[in-house]
Order: sequence, then C-alpha cells, then structure tokens
Amino acid sequence: MDLNDTPEQAEYRTEIRAWLDANKASAPILEGQGALTDPDEILAAHRAWQGKLAEGGLAGATWPKEYGGQGIGPVESVVISQEMQQAGVPGILDVIGVGMLGPTIIAHGTEEQKQRYLGPMLHGDEIWCQMFSEPAAGSDLAAVQTRAKHNDDGTWTLNGQKVWTTNAQFASYGLILARTNPDIPKHKGMTMFIVPMDAKGITVRGLRQISGEAEFNEVFFDDVVVDGDSVVGGEENGWGTGLTTLMFERLTIGLGSSAFGYRATRFAEAIAADPTAANDHEVRHNFGELAAELEAIRWTGYRSISALQDGQIPGPEFGLAKVTTVNCAVRAGDLIADIVGPEALDEDSEWAYMISFLPGLKSAGGTEEILRNTIGERVLGLPPEPRLDKGIPFSELRAKEKEGAPA
Amino acid sequence: MNLGLSDEQQFLRDAAADAFSRVKTVEAAREAIEDDSALPDMWPTAAEAGWLGLLVSEENGGAGLGAYDAMLIAQEAGKVLAGVPLLGALPASMLLDLGGSDKTEAVAAGELKAAWLPACPPSSIEPRWTVDPVEGMARPDAPAASVDADSVTFTGTVGWAPDAGEAELLVVIGVDSSGNPVAGAVEAGASGVTVNADWRYDATRRLASVTLDGASGAKLDLDAEQIARAYYLVQALIAAESVGTMETALEVCLDYAKERYTFGRAIGSYQAIKHGIVEILRRLENSKSLCIYAGFAFSDKPDEIAYASSCARSVAGGGLDFTARQQIAVHGGIGATWEHDAPLTFRRAQLNRRLVGGHGSSTDRVADELLNGRGPVVSVG
Repeated sequence: MDLNDTPEQAEYRTEIRAWLDANKASAPILEGQGALTDPDEILAAHRAWQGKLAEGGLAGATWPKEYGGQGIGPVESVVISQEMQQAGVPGILDVIGVGMLGPTIIAHGTEEQKQRYLGPMLHGDEIWCQMFSEPAAGSDLAAVQTRAKHNDDGTWTLNGQKVWTTNAQFASYGLILARTNPDIPKHKGMTMFIVPMDAKGITVRGLRQISGEAEFNEVFFDDVVVDGDSVVGGEENGWGTGLTTLMFERLTIGLGSSAFGYRATRFAEAIAADPTAANDHEVRHNFGELAAELEAIRWTGYRSISALQDGQIPGPEFGLAKVTTVNCAVRAGDLIADIVGPEALDEDSEWAYMISFLPGLKSAGGTEEILRNTIGERVLGLPPEPRLDKGIPFSELRAKEKEGAPA
Repeated sequence: MNLGLSDEQQFLRDAAADAFSRVKTVEAAREAIEDDSALPDMWPTAAEAGWLGLLVSEENGGAGLGAYDAMLIAQEAGKVLAGVPLLGALPASMLLDLGGSDKTEAVAAGELKAAWLPACPPSSIEPRWTVDPVEGMARPDAPAASVDADSVTFTGTVGWAPDAGEAELLVVIGVDSSGNPVAGAVEAGASGVTVNADWRYDATRRLASVTLDGASGAKLDLDAEQIARAYYLVQALIAAESVGTMETALEVCLDYAKERYTFGRAIGSYQAIKHGIVEILRRLENSKSLCIYAGFAFSDKPDEIAYASSCARSVAGGGLDFTARQQIAVHGGIGATWEHDAPLTFRRAQLNRRLVGGHGSSTDRVADELLNGRGPVVSVG
C-alpha cells in the first residue's frame, strides 16, 4: 500500500508546484478574507487567471496537445488539482466548457469547429454554457422539447426553453440539445448545436436559489437562427454526442470536487468551539457518524486514483461518493445550526450558504434516486423499471402523456 | 499511489478462502445454534495456516506481517461466518511478541492458545481504561493490577472476551494504582482465574467472561500506546470481517432480487428494493475504503491508528447492521426464518454491535479524536 507518487508523477508534481509558486501571487481571491465582492471584477479576474493557467499548461491539461492541452492522463490531472488546492488558488472559471464541452467538441466536432472554438475556450476568452436540461427533461433528459427546424437556406431555427444553465449570463457560446425529428423515438430524434449566446431571440433569466443567489439560469429561445455548420456530431445523433458530455461531467465532478470542501476536520472546528456541544454525547455521536463517512470518501478518492493508475475504470464507489458527501453535509449543516443557533443562518455565516446550497446539490448532475437506479442496473445488474416510452415516436408519446392514458 | 493488494496479499487472501472452503462454516453456524458441539474447532485451521503467528515478529517464529494482512483473513472469515480464532488470538500474539514474552514462539506455532481480554483505552469523556460489562451499560474499570518485579497480579472481571473460552494463556490488561495500563500473561488455569465460556446468540463466536481474583502472571513489557494498539487492531478486524459478511449478503440479495417475481416483474426492478440493495453497496464501499485507511494507519501513520480504525468499525458496524436487516427485507418473511441463512447474518450483526466496546463507542471515538485535533494529517505527493 503506497500513497506516494511514482517517480514520473513526483517530477510532474514538482513542475506544477514550481509554476504555482512563481504565479500564485496573481491568483484572485474569491473566498474568505480579502475576497473580491464586485461580480464584474470577480468575472474579469477569474477569466484572467484561467488565461494564465492555460498558458502554464494547468488548464485543460488532459486535452490533446494539438488543441492546446498537455495530453496528460487522469492521474496527472489529479496532481494538478491537488497542487492548486494546496497552493490555495482557485481553479479555472469555465469548468463546464473546459471539462465537459471542449472534450465533446474534440470527440465529435468538425475540424473547423475545433480550430475556431477550442483556443478561446481554453484561455477563458469565450465562456461556454451547457443547455441540455429543460423544465420537463431532467432525469429523463431524452424528453427535451426544444425544437430545431431545418430551413431551406440550410440554417436552423430554435424554439424552446432550457434550465439549470450555469454561466449563461456571461457565456459567449452554448452547446444545446434540441429535437430535430419528433416523429421517431425520443432518443433518436435529437441533434446537438453550437449557439452564440448573443443571437437574436435568446433571453437569459437568473434562477434564484434558496440562498437568494442566482447561480443558474433559464434560457428562452424565440425563433433563434443558427448556421448549418453549427451542428456537432451529426444530425439526429444528439443523444450520442450528449452522452460524451455526461461522461466527462461525471469525471469532472468526481475528480475535481474533492468532496466539495465538506471535510470532517472543518466541521470539527465549529463544534469544538462550543464546549457544551463538544461534550454533549448526542452531538458527538451524530458527528462521529457523519465524520467517519466523510473520511471514507477521502479514501474512496484515493482508491479511484489508484484504479486509474492501473488502467482500470473507477468502480461503483465513485458514483455513490456524491450521495454520501451530500447527505453527510446536510447532517453536518443541521448539527452545526443546532449548536450555533440562528446565527448560523445569518447571511455572513459560512454555514448559511452551505445549508441553503445542499438541497439543490442533492439533485445536481442527476437526482439521488436516478443515481441509485443507474448503479443498481448498470453496476449490480438489477432489472430496469418497466418503461412505457420505448420505440414510440416522440410526438405520439407527448400526445399520450397529455391524455394521461397508458402508452 | 497504489492501494491494490500485493501478490503476497492476494495469496494470503486466496489461501484463507481455500482453508474456509474445506469447512462447512455456514452449515455449522446454523447447527451450532442448537448444539455447541456442531461448531468445528478452528484453532487447528488457524495454526496450520500460520495465522496465529501472523503478527508475531520473524525472530519469535512468526510471519512478521501487518494489520492489513490480518484484516484480509478476517474479511474472508466474515464472508462465510467462520468461527475462527482471530479477535482474541491475534491481539494476544501481538502483545506477547511486543512485550517480550517467552511464550511467544509457542503461541505463534499454535502450540499454546492465547487470548486477549479486551480493554478499551481512555477518551476525553471516559478518561479511564474500561472493560466490557457482563451486564448493563456501566463500563467497569479494567482489572486492578499490582506489579511485583516481573510478575503482576490482577483483580477484576472482563465481559465477553472472544476466544478466551478455549485459551490456555490470557493476555490481561489492568491498571495500576495510578491508572496506568499494565499488561500480563496469566495462565488460564492459574489460581484465582474463573472462565465462564459462553456462546451467545451468534453461535460462531466463542466468548467468555473472565473473573480474576488475585490471579498472577508474567508482566509484559508494554507501554500504553502498544496496549491501546491491540484494541484498535480488533476494531479494524471486526470492520474487515463485517465487510466480508456484507459482501456475501449483497450477492445473496442480488440473486434473489433477479429471480423472484411479483406482479409479473422481478422484484429487483422495483425501486424500493433496488435502492435498498444499492444502499448496501454504498455502505460496503465506504467500509472497504476505511479498511484500507485503517491498514495504512497501522503500517504508515501510527498517530492515526485510533482514528482510522474507529472510522472503519463505525461505518462497517453500521453497514452490517443495515445489511442484515435489508437482507431480510429483500427476502420477505422467509428471510426471518431458518429456511434461509439471513438469520445467521442477523445474529452476527446483533452480537457485533455490542462486541469489544460496541461499534457505537467507535463512533464516539471518531468524534473524540477530531474534536481534540487528532484527525488526519492530509498531505499529498
């Protein structure tokens, strides 16, 4: 059992550390003491920092060299995020673009698309957003209703609504999943497009969450026209293209988040600060349970890295780590709010944001229930829930849903 | 970073699985509920396999292996509910070896059966060495110990010690008049020793409550940290054993959920059943991760042994508890009868909850370590 780097990894780590030592002074402060507060300033500073990281080879490092990456493997990319965390500097601004949409374009885009979009994306000059989910297409993503109609001049006209769109308010481009043929079964009739977010007919509206902040948006499309060459991955192949994005989403969330900063030691400090709480048997027992599970997640992370290094795909423990993390953090938030009292819910408290954020995080990237279905079926081989939508043209399915009649 | 098993560890694990496959351990577990004598004596199995000397240094005739290696054997034992002497025998051998006992070689060779009488180290809310009570919730002090040169005399009672019923040598932990821990090796037949061997609920666990009334033996040269290590070793072994039992239960649940039909569908297609089984998997994977941590702490991070092994026992203990009940739920009423093996898992889980400190006390210790700033030191590279 060995937690140490291989000699090659150690050398790579030294390089990364040296770069960070030389450049971390120019990193913006986004959290805690001395943090920037003006949203425009934050955006500009974070964008510039991404550019700097890209120049240093720390952004999009898993991308192939020909598109500005370093062509490194997943283990080395973990080294980068560990070192950035250690150095206390923020990561890139456009995690969604560089982590998920860029790799989708690299896998499915045309050479022209790659040459045009990847460079500015990597350097943070153009921010991207992902427009997959809709009000009626979340867990059942293939139910998207946003329509793209092919015009005689080769262009496409988009109409519909997307939701949960992070960064849409300042994005230059978006990748959108739209229905191009409603007369065939739902997984088959979709196409992926690149959309300039300043196109006529796009309206972006902030979606305020429990905390009061708007980290997501709704995006409305009213007769938005895009060029014929904006299709990514071919017509009616939107589902296959989208699956690539979702695969990278899992990898990005899994490897990059390090339990979202919900660490047992951080909660321990808050509890230890109140001597009554620290000596209360119920508090200790409750805390011990959630802390031990969070500790498991740290080691599950190491197991995943070890598996990747062996050339294996990380196992099921990977997908369930998010369930454990979120539920433990929910318990910790409740426990700390019980100890601290209403002060914990004050806007300036470090706990208020966490407490407000977690109920939404439970569904982010797939609800807990869908995740349990997926793991039960794909990993454990349990039979799927019977489905009523297989093989039925999307248009008929919608009609049947409206009648409320069984398909 | 490499958390995989070495070739030697894989061999050790496979050899354990092979050794257990030659004994019908599950059938024996069922029969032994009604008839103690049906349980095979697995001391010879452990001796032949070399497990009784696994943690003993090579110069004293042992294999000189580590806690994680022992945990791999415990995991295999847990898979088939094998009543093999590990939880009392392994910490005893480790303490005899570290404490310079002249009995170590005989114990490592399996010629002399030794068992440790569990003693729980102090915490900030229970700042004294305690033992499991024979009855009730109040934890008695560890036996009183008085040292006279190389010998030590103990007075006190220790409840529910694994493997102690058959042991010829008892490794006793007591406290001197200043409250410091003292360890000694006392012959089971020595004057003042009363051993009440008992099988309780889980017939695969041979337990004994031991009363020492001025019983003397050779003092072992051990410090408090070494004595505490035995306790944490057993927490880690129980965690590993629980992982094995959960692994088997998961397989059994999956088979049944795929083949049993209700309302025209395999029951595993219902989310209520599916999600419950995935919850077993979640707890199992978390437990496995923490067993790796515990093993790593024993080999590389001695300051984190208490924390890591307590985390492992807490999560694996809760996991087995959940799994035992979920297995019955998946199988419906039949899972609560002797027609099925699920009751054997349940009996194991129920007794485990309370064994060697109980897993609730491990949960409390996780909090204790963190609240006193003794959590993990995380460094990378």
